[in-house]
Amino acid sequence: MSVIAWIVEGSWPACVDAARRYAPADTDIVLLHVTSPEIADTAHGAYAGLLGRGHPERDPGATLQHMAAATAEQLLTAAAARLGSPCSTSERSGRPEREVVAAADGADLLILARDGDHTHLGPRSLGPISRFIVDHAPCPVLLVWPETPPTTATLPPPPPHHR
Amino acid sequence: MNPSLAEGLSIVLLVAVLVCAVVRPFGWPEAVVAVPAAGVVVATGAIRLGDASAEVRRLGPVIGFLAVVLVLAQLCADEGLFQACGSWMARSARGRPRRLLGQVFAVASVTTAVLSLDATIVLLTPVVFATAARLGARPKPHVYACTHLSNSASLLLPVSNLTNLLAFAVSAVSFTRFAALMALPWLVAIAAEYLVFRRFFATDLDAPTAAPPTCGPVKIPVFALATLACTLLGFAVTSTVGINPAWAALAGALVLGAHALIQRRTTIAAIRAVDLPFLAFVVALGIVVRAVIDNGLGEALGRILPHSTALPPLLGVAALAAVLANLINNLPAVLVLLPLVAPGGAGAVLAALLGVNIGPNLTYAGSLATLLWRRVMRQHDTDIELAEFTKLGLLSVPTALVLAVVALWLALTTIGG
Repeated sequence: MSVIAWIVEGSWPACVDAARRYAPADTDIVLLHVTSPEIADTAHGAYAGLLGRGHPERDPGATLQHMAAATAEQLLTAAAARLGSPCSTSERSGRPEREVVAAADGADLLILARDGDHTHLGPRSLGPISRFIVDHAPCPVLLVWPETPPTTATLPPPPPHHR
Repeated sequence: MNPSLAEGLSIVLLVAVLVCAVVRPFGWPEAVVAVPAAGVVVATGAIRLGDASAEVRRLGPVIGFLAVVLVLAQLCADEGLFQACGSWMARSARGRPRRLLGQVFAVASVTTAVLSLDATIVLLTPVVFATAARLGARPKPHVYACTHLSNSASLLLPVSNLTNLLAFAVSAVSFTRFAALMALPWLVAIAAEYLVFRRFFATDLDAPTAAPPTCGPVKIPVFALATLACTLLGFAVTSTVGINPAWAALAGALVLGAHALIQRRTTIAAIRAVDLPFLAFVVALGIVVRAVIDNGLGEALGRILPHSTALPPLLGVAALAAVLANLINNLPAVLVLLPLVAPGGAGAVLAALLGVNIGPNLTYAGSLATLLWRRVMRQHDTDIELAEFTKLGLLSVPTALVLAVVALWLALTTIGG
């Protein structure tokens, strides 16, 4: 059995904990991180917008690219340490929602942490990236709360005509 | 030379200069094409020699001023100013991405205003990325905030943006008056951006962060901060007594440079910020643009440009400036617009600045020309997701621009243009 845990800044510990708790003992666990190239490209673009400055070596985009790669590596190392059992790591670059769906092809389970506004629960409380992955994942999905799950007290009152 | 022929030649040369500045064939400095082009317009008589030398005398000190500010910014970075900002942000954000965004807005706005947009893009953005990574926060909103604020927070002082320095050189407004008139538009533009960012990046800002990192006390670079404060005071004093405020910037840079030398820290990076090809490029571009204006474009555009400080004409000037800045770049846009709006007084000049400074946020590369070229080149082997940045620009630019023009109009009516 193979399980993919999507490691994202902020919410990754919940994902690793879920993998530790729910993946059977003989599972191949893959910790997946996706770097979005947009961030470094935005810095490249901002520097390109400074017409006439020359000096490509001062372009902050290259620095950001290196920093993003280093951050991704640190994140995956920290996640592997938290998992505490044999696993493999995978680093991809591209649009996160598409890369995660592509990586999940052939997997038996995809674990991801909920994204979005957790204070107003409802149809739109799942962030657009999580929403896309849940809709298109080619395998079963385990969606976990990044923090303590809400109690049933957060349920809104039923609509009047159902009372 | 017959005016229409001269106009045709000047336009062709201007297009060549701008295309080469965006494309940079063979990695040449932009001046390689711009300087010969300026030579051609002078040699063919498309611009009178006297006008060309007046342009050089006007632009030279402006670029010198910018070069000194860039050195000052680099010296501040060498003194650890931006690292200190990063430590302060990491410490006081207390693991909350929304707090961090507020701090990034404050630091990026002040950096842009005092040390120019170059400092925010080149020196601050990497520090902001590192700070977000250290907190375990998602870096996107914070990095995008740096790029947006490098444009929309560059309204406050003449030194904040090269466009402002160029306008400052042609308008009769003093340094302090410029700041007084632009303070409200600056604050309003930043507030508008902040509200748009809070909503636009709600998902990333809602994500929890890892436990806040343990960081030691923030080492405040007192000497650099004190020098900057004195330089700002120097801007106010020099402009009141009628001296070019560039001297205050030079004094600040010399003090910090001497401090760095005494402490035997390398300053090669700082000296590199002074860039002769850049100076040559802007002066040559100025001469070619002047030839285009003098041979007919000025008259044509002058007829459609309103000359009044009522709100609708100010909005019109700002919108036209924003459109022009987005077509090619805000540097040629401001060179074209300044001689045309300058007769309209400080209000029209400042409205044009709002347009050319806030407008470039519509595209992530500052203009359509640069953007298209980057798409053609597919630089950095990725197909950047344009939709998101453009959507952010479409939300923030019109909001910030309209509100900033209203704020300028209020400032003009209360303080007086």
